[in-house]
Amino acid sequence: MSAKLERLCHQLKESFGDRIMEPVMALGELTVTIPAENYLDAMRQLRDDPVFCFEQLMDLSGIDYSEFTGYQGKRFASVSQLLSLTHNWRLRVKVFATDDDFPVVASVMDIWNVANWYEREAFDLFGIHFEGHVDLRRILTDYGFVGHPFRKDFPITGYVEMRYDPEQQRVIYQPVTIEPREVTPRIVREEQYAKGDGRG
Amino acid sequence: MVVAEIKNYTINFGPQHPAAHGVLRLVLELDGEVIVRADPHIGLLHRGTEKLAETRTWLQTLPYMDRLDYTSMIPSEHAYCLAVERLLGVEVPIRAQYIRVMMDEVTRIKNHLLNIGTHALDIGAMTMVLYTFREREDLFDVLEAITGIRMHGAYYRPGGVYRDLPGQMPKYQENRFKNAQTVKELNEPRNGSLLDFLEDFTNRFPVYLSEYHTLLTDNRIWKQRTVGIGVVSPERALQLGFSGAMLRGSGVEWDLRKKQPYEVYDRMDFDIPVGVNGDTYDRYLVRMEEMFQSNRIIKQCIEWLRKNPGPVITDDHKVAPPSREKMKGSMEELIHHFKLFTEGMHVPAGEAYVAIEHPKGEMGVWAVSDGANKPYRIKLHTAGIPHLAATDEMCRGHMLADATAIIGTIDLVLGDVDR
Repeated sequence: MSAKLERLCHQLKESFGDRIMEPVMALGELTVTIPAENYLDAMRQLRDDPVFCFEQLMDLSGIDYSEFTGYQGKRFASVSQLLSLTHNWRLRVKVFATDDDFPVVASVMDIWNVANWYEREAFDLFGIHFEGHVDLRRILTDYGFVGHPFRKDFPITGYVEMRYDPEQQRVIYQPVTIEPREVTPRIVREEQYAKGDGRG
Repeated sequence: MVVAEIKNYTINFGPQHPAAHGVLRLVLELDGEVIVRADPHIGLLHRGTEKLAETRTWLQTLPYMDRLDYTSMIPSEHAYCLAVERLLGVEVPIRAQYIRVMMDEVTRIKNHLLNIGTHALDIGAMTMVLYTFREREDLFDVLEAITGIRMHGAYYRPGGVYRDLPGQMPKYQENRFKNAQTVKELNEPRNGSLLDFLEDFTNRFPVYLSEYHTLLTDNRIWKQRTVGIGVVSPERALQLGFSGAMLRGSGVEWDLRKKQPYEVYDRMDFDIPVGVNGDTYDRYLVRMEEMFQSNRIIKQCIEWLRKNPGPVITDDHKVAPPSREKMKGSMEELIHHFKLFTEGMHVPAGEAYVAIEHPKGEMGVWAVSDGANKPYRIKLHTAGIPHLAATDEMCRGHMLADATAIIGTIDLVLGDVDR
């Protein structure tokens, strides 16, 4: 499998040159980051070029890197998992939105029609706008929902809760009444933990 | 001359419609009885599994996977475990791999039984569901014997499976509804171990399958309702991101178990059924054949598992807990156990996308770790989303009654779509 991926990696560098960043091979998977301005053309070539032949977009999702340990760079990325049935290989493509406050990425809906719902989902959950998408509505959250819940600064409990009010005889929204509770704190161990003086 | 103004008629299908397979709201725009546009509204069952995963440890996230596709629970855990294992770089004992393959295939049969039973029920064949649920009951008993729970097993763990297969099956007991003679007959296949029971099932199952074929395959009404309905060409199927039985029904030979084998699928002998016309009937036939092939795989696993005892979970105690016996006897094991269940395991920084052949199609887990004891981001790719997204294209030009046939054929479970 890895010999195959090395071939793909080599061909990526050959075909795209400096239009893409250096492909990263890790854990038997290949990841490539494409600058936003070359994104759409590169994706089209990845599908149409018989060398790559990525007929299927298996998944597209947003990610918010703002709290990633030791990370400095753009906050939002749209990440696609491509699959080629002809060559039987996969490729992960990342594109970072250039503006953190109003993230915009080109839509690949015309290249792979399946991207329609994936991009709606990334817009709904992360607030990434997909330029060229014809129907960018919210998809998973409630009708009239405010905010983008999968951003790291959105609390897990949310801001509003819904209940039936017997007096008004209708469903109402009110501020949440539960407190966020963290049972196990999030810990990132330092590199040399438990290796240094043998006491760990 | 007065010309009557004809307007399209919009109806709401669901969210509480019995044929919507959960809480799907489908807004259908009709011209007479012909569907002009279908707009599925999803998210009524959205629980934010991916966000919840970010606030739980890697192990605590695992049981959420059962709740995604609540009709075939175990394979979702499988994808998640494989992703974590790839990040950790742990080896899974060979016996655990066989158990996983066997349980995946048991679940595949279970899933397809539900699909075919309820699909037939939706479009008018009432009795089908009674038969398929009878067989499902046996498989639920298998799951209960192994995991202790009928549905949400939380059985697979990163590094293996929770425990080995049990040596006995739970038995029926006499009560005022069942006399001694009935109980004795019911317990006949349950006297041996779990593998004996499952083997007995695999011997009985081809007979059941032929019963279903008798009921449906040449049934005139069934064919009228399914042949030529929801046709998807292979090119469109690829564009629409189909996978699993939906893709194979359209004539594309693609099965991850064969093409990108994981666990011990490369040692198994089985065939991949492929459809020709890409319609609802072909997808039905593909699923029927898949059940037969799963049955073959289960038989092969049973044979191997009988002969080869061994560990079922890795002995790397940074990932999997030590046995109770060892834990009570050794300080180091006690510390391991304590750290594992309070702080949880630390997964090295990196990212992995692992896909498996879930009964519904490709189930992928994209796990991103920054080295913490909790995932940084988990993205769950479930097969239901692209299939449901294609409903619009598949429904256009069909009659209203065919919408149920199409929803049935995409094997929809909203827990899987909404996450």
